[in-house]
Order: sequence, then structure tokens, then C-alpha cells
Amino acid sequence: MATIKPKVDAVIVGMGWTGAIMAKELTDAGLTVVALERGPDRDTQPDFAYPRVVDELEGSIHRKFLQSLAKETVTARHGTKDTAVPYRQIGSFKPGTGVGGAGTHWSGCHFRALREDFNLRSNVQHRYGAKFIPDGMTIADFPVSYDDLEPHFDHFERVCGTSGKAGVLNGAKMPGGNPFEASRSREFPLPPNRNYLGAELFYKAAREKGYSPYPIPASNASAPYLNPYGCQMGPCNFCGFCSDYGCLNYSKASPNVSILPVLRLRKNFELRAHAQVLKVNLDDSRSRATGVTYLDADGKETEQPADLVLLCAFALYNVHLLLLSGIGKPYDPVANSGTVGRNYSYQNLNRVTLFFDDSVQANGFIGIGGGGTTFDDLNGNQLDNAKAGFIGGGVIWARQPGSGPIRGISTAPGVPNWGSAWKKGVKDAFRHSFYYEVQGACMSYRGNYLDLDPTYRDAFGRPLLRLTFDWNDNEIRASQFLVGKALDMCKVLSPRALSGDAKKPGEHYNITRYQSTHTCGGAIMGSDPKTSALNRYLQSWDVPNVFAPGANAFPQNNGYNPTGMVGALTYWAAKAIRELYIKSPGALVQA
Amino acid sequence: MRGSARPWLVSLSILLVILAGAYLYARWPTHTRAILRQPAAGHLLHDGPGGYLAIAADCAACHTAPGGKPFAGGLRLESPVGAIYSTNITPDHESGIGNYTLDDFDRAVRHGIARNGATLYPAMPYPSYSLMTDEDVADLYDYFMHHVEPAAAPAPVNGIPWPLSMRWPVGVWRKLFAPSPDAPQFNASRFSDPQVARGAYLVEGPGHCGSCHTPRAFTLQEKALNDSSPDFLAGGPVIDGWVAVNLRGNPADGLGRWTQSDIVATLRTARNKEQTVVGSAMSDVVVHSTSQLTDADLLAIASYLKTLGPMAKDQAQFAANPATATALAAGRESNRGAELYDDNCAVCHRTDGAGSPNVLPKIAGNPTALSANADSLIRLVLAGSSLPGTADAPSTLGMPGFGWRLSNEEVAQLLTFVRSGWGNQAAGVSAHDVARVRAELDEQAAALKSPKN
Repeated sequence: MATIKPKVDAVIVGMGWTGAIMAKELTDAGLTVVALERGPDRDTQPDFAYPRVVDELEGSIHRKFLQSLAKETVTARHGTKDTAVPYRQIGSFKPGTGVGGAGTHWSGCHFRALREDFNLRSNVQHRYGAKFIPDGMTIADFPVSYDDLEPHFDHFERVCGTSGKAGVLNGAKMPGGNPFEASRSREFPLPPNRNYLGAELFYKAAREKGYSPYPIPASNASAPYLNPYGCQMGPCNFCGFCSDYGCLNYSKASPNVSILPVLRLRKNFELRAHAQVLKVNLDDSRSRATGVTYLDADGKETEQPADLVLLCAFALYNVHLLLLSGIGKPYDPVANSGTVGRNYSYQNLNRVTLFFDDSVQANGFIGIGGGGTTFDDLNGNQLDNAKAGFIGGGVIWARQPGSGPIRGISTAPGVPNWGSAWKKGVKDAFRHSFYYEVQGACMSYRGNYLDLDPTYRDAFGRPLLRLTFDWNDNEIRASQFLVGKALDMCKVLSPRALSGDAKKPGEHYNITRYQSTHTCGGAIMGSDPKTSALNRYLQSWDVPNVFAPGANAFPQNNGYNPTGMVGALTYWAAKAIRELYIKSPGALVQA
Repeated sequence: MRGSARPWLVSLSILLVILAGAYLYARWPTHTRAILRQPAAGHLLHDGPGGYLAIAADCAACHTAPGGKPFAGGLRLESPVGAIYSTNITPDHESGIGNYTLDDFDRAVRHGIARNGATLYPAMPYPSYSLMTDEDVADLYDYFMHHVEPAAAPAPVNGIPWPLSMRWPVGVWRKLFAPSPDAPQFNASRFSDPQVARGAYLVEGPGHCGSCHTPRAFTLQEKALNDSSPDFLAGGPVIDGWVAVNLRGNPADGLGRWTQSDIVATLRTARNKEQTVVGSAMSDVVVHSTSQLTDADLLAIASYLKTLGPMAKDQAQFAANPATATALAAGRESNRGAELYDDNCAVCHRTDGAGSPNVLPKIAGNPTALSANADSLIRLVLAGSSLPGTADAPSTLGMPGFGWRLSNEEVAQLLTFVRSGWGNQAAGVSAHDVARVRAELDEQAAALKSPKN
């Protein structure tokens, strides 16, 4: 018999960015909020304390801050005819766990989406005709516009102390920023971070090729910062331990640094760590959630009744919980019907590495996760998709999040993988090489989706989430096009060697190799309840007192990192809850 | 034979007479004049003006135990002779002060005499509270009687062994060292500036800053209770392992180079642009008391503290000197201490020892770094410390401990470097001192594992 806790106004599942934002907004509105986090509570002290946290073995190999796949994971396969097998070791993507979630171990790249990213399908149709969209590609417009989200993009950047340079400010082009971005209402809260050598050289090469490089918006503070909540950040010291690690220096924005200090003082907020939510409970009508059932820190089954259920887990697990709880109709790729699980998309990441002689001190151990430089000349409407031969653009960037011997040192092409020649190759490369990356958009398709695995179960007896995903020709062509452009640009710098890894025709998705944690879709927002799980306020069409903010809501993924968009969408949804839902609980959009 | 017994008998008789005299002296009733104003019933303010005074006097610091009901007492206070538990000051009739009249309350708060006539241990800062005005005492009484929830919670029995547990000698102490009940009340007219006068009242009276920050005599009384002596607030003993720093105008280890707004920010948020509160003792004061005072009162406190001249002898000096920063930036580490600084500290505090404004404290010229007693600094490096989160500054910024990776000798070398770098000029730190603080920390950790409370 489950222990039943006293009812609260809202229960939040997961204490990453979306959970923290929701908790802040809803406690601001006077609601009593309980947050359930499957992992441990974490804070800078003691969890990210220097120098213990800068331990490559613990952070990048033993994956201290990532989800334990021994308890809960996904299964994966390339197509509907394959048998999925469990993702038993962290590879392609890195869900976090613990308070802060993936928001503690992210890099800090903090983009807004482009204006045209919001209406991708209609924009492509408008520019190239409906036939340009291949069969089976299920891309869709977001049911919100850039203008809807602008105040929330802006606020989230304020909360994160994002460092950057506006390119278009209230309609006016600004030197030094991204000339192609949608107009901002305010300059970034902090100026850009300083460049490392590879970024300086990127500026040179990009400008020589006629591109318009600009500083990557980075939620790694370039100066001491006080956010609107009174939370403090310290300036980044380029220690090179962002990705995979919690920040030791209060420099990288995270739920822990940027929001939780306020929540922890609030009497109407309670955080329960080591609370593994098993499902959302529905009443007999199946159209109203009554709360959630979870296992507490002692493994005891506990029920938390609530008027409002906010699914704020990692995107994949939001979809998992919807499927397990019977909220919304599971997607069927054959009939192309159902909503939950559809439009799973990812990110198309590719790398080129430049090797120089010892006159170039690249010093890869100096690192900042979100800093560096990029350009948008091949993204959004800047790209002629008909000429390029694919839908969706991408960015090429210089980013150096920090590297070290255990994380792996790239060697120039031709260097063997062992022995004294390898040692020499490592010695030649470590301080004298850097890499640029191509980050491409990823479209959604009928064949790429999420459902419940028929075979494998997690440690709690629930079916695992099954991921069916493979690369499509569109993304392979995008990879080849963008990597080609990157290699072409790199030649300006005359490296002694250059390696690039564009995807090859017919190449399959390799889940064992890290690419990106930008898993998107599966419970997307839309304007049609037949093809989307959530309405424009991230509210479940089927169970209106359930909201599911996160990258699960993206109908497809654009060329940018998703966190800026995830934060803005969450503030947008929170505003709707505060201003519309609380006054009149129920569906905010009529189906 | 009788002749040899007599001197012994005489000595015994004299001793007995002295003891009897002391006993009588201690037990002789103390007359305190009655407070004329009776508290008004029902204030417009939520908690009445007394609620604010209870915050200014930080009553909760001792009378509310962690996790306990407000003001229900039971907090364990370590004293040199054994553990004392704070009492229940809720209006509960059985275990609290529900039966106290205003005069009973006044005799306890300002004069250290419980309702049953016993003298309170001077852990209760009645020597400072004696300065409070009649009106404030009446307001405070009103607050405790009418705005605090009664809680049935008898105080645990104190852990002081007999004969030290006898109360009457404390009465002797009180009569010898606490201000006489007939002493004049706080005299604001001593100060030409009413803001400074208000600050003096808060600091010397309800705020009882001197309880920690004023050095104590051999007989344990504060060497001064007001600014008439340069000993007042000149730096007190180690409280819970942390040094109560010098609050006088000394430029290196005092507040000489602090502005009024530095002081206000520190009291409000436990941090200012360059320094922070270090350690739990003052952090608790900020959380429970100073962070909740009005801007006007914090400014008053700051303006009063800035009137206090330096204590007689400077224990340390500071004269900014770029040599240390230049050497470290060039990779020149003059000794093991400098190497340790680069390896452990420079990542945040930077090679120039300047940290980062508002977030990472400056070491150059920092009073905690320059304090004559380096215990806080040693403890900080060994065990770390985090700032308290308050409404105005919620970030619990913290420094990790390094005791797990640095030996006593290394901590001594590191701190000796820190206390002589960037223009800091304070005495070196010995491995022996580090070993002592480390032992205290180990003892504390062990006590935490087997709680007595």
C-alpha cells in the first residue's frame, strides 16, 4: 500500500532547467510545489568542489553526473524491422540525473532559434513548394512564433547571465553580432567571453570566406553577474571542465546556481531527491491527473496527489512517462496516427580537426563550454536549400570545451593507435591542434519515433522506452555539404593536417559514439491534437492538468543547441499557467 | 597539641566566613526598579515593535533549537564548565515564561535574574541588554507574551557537574561585573549625530555585538561594554571555531578600510564587494538578525562602527604591493607556500589575490586573512565554509575544504604565504596551530556523528 502524501497544488517531476523554472514561476504565483528528482540533491558545495570535480576519470569516464543506465535506460534500433537492444553504456547522448539535471553538465551554448525555425514546414513549402519535402518527412511548424517567445528568450538569458553580442537589436543591425538573428529587445546581459586561439583563427578564416562570424552566446559568465533573482555568478576561468561536469566556479548557469538558491529559501517549495517517479495517476475519466506515484529514497512506494502535474524530466523520459501513464495515444508509424512518440529528432553533429606545427599554441586544455565563435551564413533562410539539396541548415563553430589525456587526444590522420608513433602523434597534436564543428539541423520522419519496448524492462519493472532512429538521406547530404564548407574554410589556415568526418551515404546512426545530447521530439507541441501531444502551451491535449515542457516539444530540431529554446518555452508555458490556467483550470486551447 | 590545631581551625573559620559572606552577597536580593509603562495591548504591527526588537536582539539565535519550535529553547551551548541548554521563552505557563510579569521579564532580560531568584548564566547577554530602554523591554515583553506561540518544552538539564553547577557563585559574578541595576540607561545625548546614537544603542544594547567581538578579562566579563574603551569590539575569542574579528578602525585586521556601505552589505547579505562573513557563527547572526533589520538601522550600525578608532596596537599591516601578483603571473613561485597557492587557490582567488568582485573574496587586505588569531583562516582552508542564503542574497557561495589533500605543514606554508603576499603583513602560521584546529574539527565531526542533543 502506497504512502499517500498531503495534496499539493503542483508536483514537478525532475529538477533540471524546466523543473526549476516551473518551480520558481509557480511558487511566485503562490502555489505550493513539491519537486521530485530521481537523483541526488546537488549543489556547487560540496558536489562540484574544486579540485575534486576536475577529475576526468570520474566525470568523463565513470560519468558521475550522468544518469545510471543500470536502473533506467532506453532501447535502440535503426528501423521498425530491427530488434531494439538496451543502451547500456553512455554513448550518443548523455541524460543527466540529480538536482540540476543535464543543466549541470551542459556546455553553456545558449542560442535563440531563428525566426524561420518556428515555421519550418510552411517556410520550406513557401520557398520551394510542397513537393520539396520528401515523403515520410513529418516536419511541422511550431504553434508559437519568435515574437511570442522573445520576452522569454530574453528573460532566460538574464537568468543565465548569458555572454554574447547582439546582432540585431530592436530591428537595428549591430556590428559584431549575428546579422541574421531575429531582433532582440535587449543586449546580452554580459559581453562575450574572450577567445581562445582556435576561435581567433576561426574569425580570420570565416571572414576571409565571406561569412559573418559572431561570438557563440554562452551561459558561461564573462564577468561577475547578479541575475534578476539575486543569484550570483563568478567569471569563467576557462578551466575546461564544463561538459560532463558541474561548474566549480559559479560561472556556468545551471538550475543549481541560477534558480535553486531562491527556491531553497521558499516555504511553499519542497524538494525531494532520490524520488523516482513511476507514473502519472489518472482518475477514472482518464482525462484528469490526480498526482504521481514514486519510489522515495528508501524505495517505498509513495503517492503525491496534486492538482497540476508538470513533467520536467529529460525529454526522452517525459515521453516515457506519458506512454507509461496512458496519457495521449501512442504513435503508430505504419498508420501514421497517434501522438505520443512521434517526431523524434536529434542533431547532426560533425567535426573537423586541424593539426598545426608547434608554432601554433592551441592549448586544448584551456576550455570554455559555451564560448567560441560561429556563423549563420549556412543556416535558416541564408541557405538556398534547393541548391544545397537538403532541408534544414546548420552552423559551423569553433568551440573548445576543454580536453585532456583521459578524455582523449585526437591525432593527425595516419598516426597509429598505439606504440611510440602514437605517443609522438599525441605529443605533436595535444597543444597544437583544435577542432571546428558542424552542427546541423535534424528533420523528423515517420520512421524515427519513440514507443515502449516489448521486451526489456527497467529496474522498476516498467517497459523501457524504445528509440527507433536512423539517419536519412537529407541529413547525410546536410552533413556532407556543411563539412565540405568547413574543410574548405579551414584550408585558409594552412594546417599541416586536416581531418573531417562527414556522414557517408547509407551510414547508420551509431549510438555507441558520443554526438550530442540534443534528443528532441516525441511529445511535440502543435496546433492539431491529431498530430501533436501538447498544445501551444505545452499542455497535454488529453489530460489538461499535465504539462510537459522540454525539448520533447520540438517538432524537429534546428541547427542550434536547444537549451535557450527549452528555457523560453518553459517560461512561456509557466506564464500561461499563471495567467490563464490557475484562474480557470482546463484546456487552454480547445481541441 | 592544641596549639598546633588552632591555626588550622582559624583558617577554616576564615574560609567559612568568606564563603558565607560570598553566599550572602550572592543571594542578597537585587532591587530593580519597576518599568512604569505597561505594554499597550494589541499593536497595529503584525508582531508589534517587540517582534523587530527580538530580531535585533537575535533572541532566536540561542532560544530556538534547529528544527525546534520558535523560542522553545533547548539549544545546546558549550561553556568551559559544561553544556548549558537555552531556556523556553515562549508564553507556555509550565515550561516557558507564561507566568512572568513585565518586571519578572525585565529582571531576567536586563539584569540576569530568573523569576526564582537564580542568576542566569552570562551566556544570556544581560550585561548588554541592561542598556535597553524601558519602552523596548516592555515591547519585547508584549511580543513574547502575545505574539509567540506557547510551546510545552521543558529545558534539558544542564550538563555542568557539581560543584560548578551551584548557581549562587554566578550571582557573585553578576554583582561584580554586570552593570548595576541603578546604572543610568543608554544615553543618546553622548552622540551629536542621532544616526550614530541609534547605531550605538543597537550595537551596545540589543545587538550585543560585544558578547563575541569584545575581548574578555580573566574573570570572563567583557573588557568594555561601550565605546569608552579601545578594547570595545577589538576582537573577541574563537566562537564555534571561528574568530570574532576586530570591528574597530584598524586598517589591516579591523574595519579601517571598509566603507559604511561595505558594513551594511555585510550585515544584510553576509558579503560585500570584496569580503565575506567567514564561518557559521556570524552567518547565523546575519540570517536570524541583521539581514532582517531596516536599511536605516543597518546604516546606523555602520556609521557608529566607523566612529570607533583603531585598537591601541596594530596586530597586522596592509600596504598593497604588486610584487606577489607579478611574480605569480610570471610563473615565479618563491616558496612552497606560493606553489600551494597556485595549485589550490589561484583558480578562484586569482594570482593577484583579488578574487572577483561580489563573488570570490579578495585576499589582499582581507581582515580575516590578517587577523592576529589565524584560526578562522586555518579552519576555512581545512574545512571550507559557505555563505548563508538570505532573501537579498540567496546564493550560498562557498569555498571547499582542502584538509583532505594538504598536510598541516602545507597549510601552514600556504597561509604564511597568504598572510605575507600582495602587501598583507601578518604573523606566520605554524603547523602546530594547524594541527590543533584539525584536531578540533575531527572532534566536532565525531560529535556530529554521535549527537548528544
